[in-house]
Amino acid sequence: MTHTAAILENVNVSLGNRPVLHGINIEFKSAKWTNIIGPNGAGKSTLLGALAGLIPMTGKVMYPALLQSQPNSKEKARHLAWLGQNQLGADDLSVYDIVMLGRIPHQGWLSSPSAEDQLAVEQSLKRTHAWEWRTRSLKELSGGERQRALLARALAVNADILLMDEPLTSLDPPHQVDWLEVVKSLLAEQKTVITVLHELTISLLADEIVLLKCGQIEHQGSSSNPVTHRAIEQVFENKVQILKLNDRWISVPKITAEN
Amino acid sequence: MTPLHPFNANASGSSQSADKRKHALVVAVILLSFFSIVLGIAIGSTGLESLMQAVNDPVALKIILDIRLPRTLGAWLAGALLGLAGALAQGLFRNPLADPYLLGSASGASLGVALVLMFYGYSTEASSWAFKLGLSGAAFLGALASVGLTLILSRGVQHTFRLLLAGIIVGVVLGALTSLTTLFDPSIIQSMQSFLLGTTSFINWGSVRIMLVALMICLTLTWTLSKALDALSLGESTASSLGINLSTLRIALIAALALATGVAVAETGLIAFVGLAAPHLVRSLVKVTHNWLVLLSSLMGGLLLLSADLVARILTAPGELPVGLFTAVIGGIYLLRLMHGQNTRHEGK
Repeated sequence: MTHTAAILENVNVSLGNRPVLHGINIEFKSAKWTNIIGPNGAGKSTLLGALAGLIPMTGKVMYPALLQSQPNSKEKARHLAWLGQNQLGADDLSVYDIVMLGRIPHQGWLSSPSAEDQLAVEQSLKRTHAWEWRTRSLKELSGGERQRALLARALAVNADILLMDEPLTSLDPPHQVDWLEVVKSLLAEQKTVITVLHELTISLLADEIVLLKCGQIEHQGSSSNPVTHRAIEQVFENKVQILKLNDRWISVPKITAEN
Repeated sequence: MTPLHPFNANASGSSQSADKRKHALVVAVILLSFFSIVLGIAIGSTGLESLMQAVNDPVALKIILDIRLPRTLGAWLAGALLGLAGALAQGLFRNPLADPYLLGSASGASLGVALVLMFYGYSTEASSWAFKLGLSGAAFLGALASVGLTLILSRGVQHTFRLLLAGIIVGVVLGALTSLTTLFDPSIIQSMQSFLLGTTSFINWGSVRIMLVALMICLTLTWTLSKALDALSLGESTASSLGINLSTLRIALIAALALATGVAVAETGLIAFVGLAAPHLVRSLVKVTHNWLVLLSSLMGGLLLLSADLVARILTAPGELPVGLFTAVIGGIYLLRLMHGQNTRHEGK
């Protein structure tokens, strides 16, 4: 078992004519939860997209667990699942059918779902507590329910690496905790989780933090390391403060009283 | 919530009632289509007698076999092609308002017809079989060429939005060229008109054969693409993350779209709204994945156009209302209703 899930070497990305990522070199540890944070427009989603190979870029992205350096698209799709933010569309499909789409990398082009596919879909739906409304269509769901159905879709891929862009969008606090439980169980299965999250306090529950600023890696380190905390505070213009509460790290806004 | 049986009789996991609904819809649409086909054979300028006398009157039999039957089957097939093309276009553009003519095929077909009419000149020869083949051929080539032009202008298929814009530009420019052609040769206006309005009256057995083959090819092709279409409905990034090659998918979709629209336009002219309304109607009745959506939209398109053609023929018998005109009016009313229905539902929430 390799200790590195993904390696980015000198990755540059431009969106339109605007350079977004500049010469990124980074390694992501396997079987860990790494969280990418940074100010708006730092290039977090772009980094995640580059990692998933979904956007045009220069440089190299490697997944050491995949033996070939150029895996075919299906092998890669089985190895790496991706959950984007604000996914619209697919309104008319039932939740069950949508989650079944996550099994495409495991299926033959024309074959119908196998028993294994159906089991994976059922487990994923139950894991996100979405099994009850599997026959409803996506447009009949609230934002949070929708997010859970889409998370189940990503889980159904049963990939070794799960990339999630803002997965907590429209989840209420109890379901945010449910989401954390899902991540924990994935880590227990030796899966790698890489996320982009805005909520700093939840971010600090990750194993590793990657700090991104203006398209460059500012810092990478353990979430419990004070050096990481100082780096976070600095990247966020010292407007947040990371404090310890009951053995956990939390982030609070720092308001300076001026006159 | 009821506990789940490990060996649930319902293999697909979606509810049984949903499965039943889609099967029932397939059966209903096919039955209604058969009923309409029988009606189509019975109705015509010589009325029901032709059907009664067909057994011992060779003229009546000829009317039925050579005129009514191909026309009826042809109307159904053209509708089926348009319904299929509509479902494809809506899947490709991920927009429920996309219609089969979006890539410019309608304007290309019109220009092709206008050019041929101008080139040959309007004459009594227009009713000859060879001339009609020339018109259909021109419409077909025009439709394909305009889709090709759209692809060139959008510089490939990487950006759906660019594809859409290029399609609109091609539509406007070719439309202007068609107008220019009719301006040069006003004598073609009348025959152009019958093409632009859309009509089933030129359909013969040759057209039926061509449309049947095209429909079979398109149905097979889209059936192999249906899973990818489902994935695409979740967005391009998600589809791509599932290992789907978006460019290949788009090219295959556009090829099927161009073939279906090109053939339908070539045989029946510009028939409005069937391609847009058929998938809508299906979606309002059942929620299904694309393999079923494409099939059902196709069946529904056939039924819609055939019944519209029947009504158009009955309403103005023994004269005829061009069916395209009729579908445009009915389709417009239907979409308006759909729009307001959605509004009230949203307001009700």
